Amino acid sequence: MSERIGVYICHCGSNIADKVDVEEVAKWAADLPYVEVSRDYEFMCSSLGQELVEDDISERSLTRVVVAACSPHMHERTFRGACSRAGLNPYLFEMANIREHDSWIHEDQDSATYKAKALVSAAVHRVVHHEPLEPMKAKINHATLVVGGGVAGIQAALDIAVAGYPVYLVEREPSIGGHMAQFDKTFPTLDCSACVLTPKMVDVINHPNITLLSYSEVEDVEGYVGNFTVTIRRKARHVKEDLCTGCGICTEKCPKRIVDDVFEAGLGYRKAIYRPFPQAVPKYPVIDAENCIYFERGKCKACQMFCPTEAVDFEQQDEILTVEVGNIILATGYDLFDARKIPQYGYGRLANVFTSLEFERMVNAAGPTRGRIVLRDGVTAPSSIAIIHCVGSRDQNYHAYCSRICCMYSLKFAHLVHERLPEADVYNFYIDMRTPGKGYEEFYHRLLEEGTYFIRGRVAEITDAARRPGEEGKLIVQAEDTLIGSQRRVPVDMVILSPAIQARHDAAEIAHTFGISCSYDNWFIERHAKLDPVATMTDGVFIAGCAQGPKDIPDSVAQGAAAAARVLGLVSQGEVELEPVRASIDEERCSGCRICNDMCPYGAIDFIEELKVSRLNPARCKGCGNCVAACPSGVITGAHFSNEQLLAEIEGILVSLNEVEPAPQFERLQVWRSPSSSAL
Amino acid sequence: MRYAFYPGCSLERSAASYHKSAMAVADRLGLIFQEVDDWNCCGATEYFAVNKLPAYTLVARNLARVPDDLNQMIAPCSACYVNLKKTNKYMSKYPDLADQVSQALAAGGLGYDPGRLHVRHLLDVIVNDAGYKTIAQDVVRPLSGLRVAPYYGCLLVRPKNGFDNPEYPMSLDRLLRALGAEVVDYPLKAQCCGGHMTQISDKVAYELIRRLLHNAAEYHADVIACVCPMCQLNLDAYQANVNRHFGTDYRIPILYFTQLMALAFGTSAREAGLGSEIVSAYPALAKIDVEMPKEEDKRPHKRPSKQALPMPGKEAR
Repeated sequence: MSERIGVYICHCGSNIADKVDVEEVAKWAADLPYVEVSRDYEFMCSSLGQELVEDDISERSLTRVVVAACSPHMHERTFRGACSRAGLNPYLFEMANIREHDSWIHEDQDSATYKAKALVSAAVHRVVHHEPLEPMKAKINHATLVVGGGVAGIQAALDIAVAGYPVYLVEREPSIGGHMAQFDKTFPTLDCSACVLTPKMVDVINHPNITLLSYSEVEDVEGYVGNFTVTIRRKARHVKEDLCTGCGICTEKCPKRIVDDVFEAGLGYRKAIYRPFPQAVPKYPVIDAENCIYFERGKCKACQMFCPTEAVDFEQQDEILTVEVGNIILATGYDLFDARKIPQYGYGRLANVFTSLEFERMVNAAGPTRGRIVLRDGVTAPSSIAIIHCVGSRDQNYHAYCSRICCMYSLKFAHLVHERLPEADVYNFYIDMRTPGKGYEEFYHRLLEEGTYFIRGRVAEITDAARRPGEEGKLIVQAEDTLIGSQRRVPVDMVILSPAIQARHDAAEIAHTFGISCSYDNWFIERHAKLDPVATMTDGVFIAGCAQGPKDIPDSVAQGAAAAARVLGLVSQGEVELEPVRASIDEERCSGCRICNDMCPYGAIDFIEELKVSRLNPARCKGCGNCVAACPSGVITGAHFSNEQLLAEIEGILVSLNEVEPAPQFERLQVWRSPSSSAL
Repeated sequence: MRYAFYPGCSLERSAASYHKSAMAVADRLGLIFQEVDDWNCCGATEYFAVNKLPAYTLVARNLARVPDDLNQMIAPCSACYVNLKKTNKYMSKYPDLADQVSQALAAGGLGYDPGRLHVRHLLDVIVNDAGYKTIAQDVVRPLSGLRVAPYYGCLLVRPKNGFDNPEYPMSLDRLLRALGAEVVDYPLKAQCCGGHMTQISDKVAYELIRRLLHNAAEYHADVIACVCPMCQLNLDAYQANVNRHFGTDYRIPILYFTQLMALAFGTSAREAGLGSEIVSAYPALAKIDVEMPKEEDKRPHKRPSKQALPMPGKEAR
């Protein structure tokens, strides 16, 4: 075997060169076996750096390439591309990570240089054993699954449908619309939320390319990019959609009234057979079996008796539906933080403490009070209102993050109160005003002029225990005003809490179902925080809207559209290249023990009963290597991770130990301090 | 279950009724309290402000005196509880402190392995080890109709990560409800009683006490239940001073929660340690002694009108 290896050491500006003596490493690597050329260069990822590799491949007939630079996660594809362009199989390339694994985490230059040599040596020893691999191609199914019918999901579904491809839109609730449908006005333009949203909802139901599956949930997902098989549970509506005209008589006649915790945020009532709101899409009502008198006691059926088209069906069962799609967009939205977890704010105990969503319903002209701002008694208009920011957000006890939207909607609330109750005093208790966005800061200034009182300080407690004259019968908001440096007690009639927005309670389960990951706070993790914000580490699964992190309506819409564009890009390619890094089973030698069958997390291995052997579905294999390690007969091989390659890599590190004298003492591993996350 | 019991100085004299009723309740619930032999003062809040090392040593001596076969230690007084818990924790956390304290203990032939004991407040043990269910089963004289304001004071649940919420604790509320009492949702339940401020600046203390009494009166509480001898003393013994100072006329009896438990378990007033409180509890307790039928809520109880908006549920999801 005679190979000709090119080794390239990247400076990465000062990121690597500050801690690693790159010239020394390059000089040292030239003496490693089979190394034909060894160079160092300031930015290997630049086009000049890539050309360096390409030129060497053609002029010096290199057969293998090693680049020591950043993480393969960043630039492996870049250099594989360079090899490819110069006519070398891209899998005859190996990358050594001397930035994240070396220069960024070590303080001593000698140790860092020593480690860089070890890593380069490992890569050189390994690359000799690499084999040329060819990517597999798979056709992409043109259909897309969008999960979540809030504004982000609606936007994504419409964009894909308009481009001419089929979409399945799955929504858990009886109607699409999400949180945006609950709001009255949107900041900072104060246009009517329903007026801008409902046309889009109508477009969804009317578009021939969109199959709307409301009151449904995804139960299982199998497959890989281009070819997913999705199992969806269509919950029994108990109303036949083909017969129902949406006349609403059933709701009118239903004798059972319950508090609506979802759409009315607990501030209003609905019937047991209901449509969440008048503009609901689809227009068909559902029977809430948990609260229906017939399902409880076997008697009633008022809705069925009055239905003019005999659409009510108490016997209806859940349906299981299987669809084939090529891509998936998750836009599952957010939950509101439960303000009862902060007992000193009195929500649930003090009647006139409301949450932001309750207030949204209250000021909504279609809401339970027809838009009148009133206390819990439903009659009295408050003469003073306090709005409390950051309830459960920016708080180490609950959520450390900033919820981003609360400052702006709190300002909007203040404006709406001024508009409807001009005599009322409005206090905003804030920690910092955060109003970045187009027209947002201007909106804040508008409120300053409208006469809202802004008090800077986190609220300590909200109590009805009066201490001074003037406090009787009021809610007293106690806070330290950090601008004047003293405690203040502000008696008000009504308090609105602006709770944090948090990930859906079942976000972790959803992530598991779709094979993506969640952050510590259960937000879905994007592929790259800056450069790939709507893709995930799982090919073919995209995310949009608040499921990825707190954001306002324009940002959610932008992400929905961005996710749709990414999907359309893949769909119009027609086929996708799958990594050839996967396992293969030598069926001749397989003993049929089936150990690998259960070991595979992707369900890629099936047992062939007639032949009594296990067979691998290469399209489903992700190359994790579980089966390779588990096979007792040693007949499963992991491409690009063969025993030979791994042992050679280890040998490379061990050899370098002998060659570099004296081996310097490693300093204690430091906690990784990124030079700054923006450097990523 | 056996526990080392550290009564603390107050329970010897001013809070003797607490001691007596606590023992009666423990007996009824099958909890065995074994008094720590030859215990000493915990140093209260003052000694730590004067000189830390002797203060820690003073407390650690009590920890060291607990026999090896016991691993849980109970303090019925919130201040003792905090001091014992703090010393136990800091000795495990700071080896330097543990060394110095151990040296001092060794001079007296004693030793303590930091973190060995689990220091708990009496209320914690009663509600979590005996449990609300067992307590409810033992009730023979339900406190029906008696409006009780549960008062936790500031030390019992703070700092956070104790056995109850530091801002709005609920364990005593649930306990009293298990006894059949009408529990007042007392917003000042975890605020300060003034502590030793009565000795330093009495007017500041009077204002703090007035707030607590005023708020309990606003909620028509018949009695305030407390968990700490300091709180009981301030609210009870200084009630007359507060009335004189502000021209008010509060007459709210202040009882230990164990006294109400003992009464509910059917013991005599004497056994429950009644009669030593300054503001007499008898007029209020007449309600349960004669087993009056459940009284209506004294607050004007309005039926919610049709227009009224629904209230959210009380319990967090």
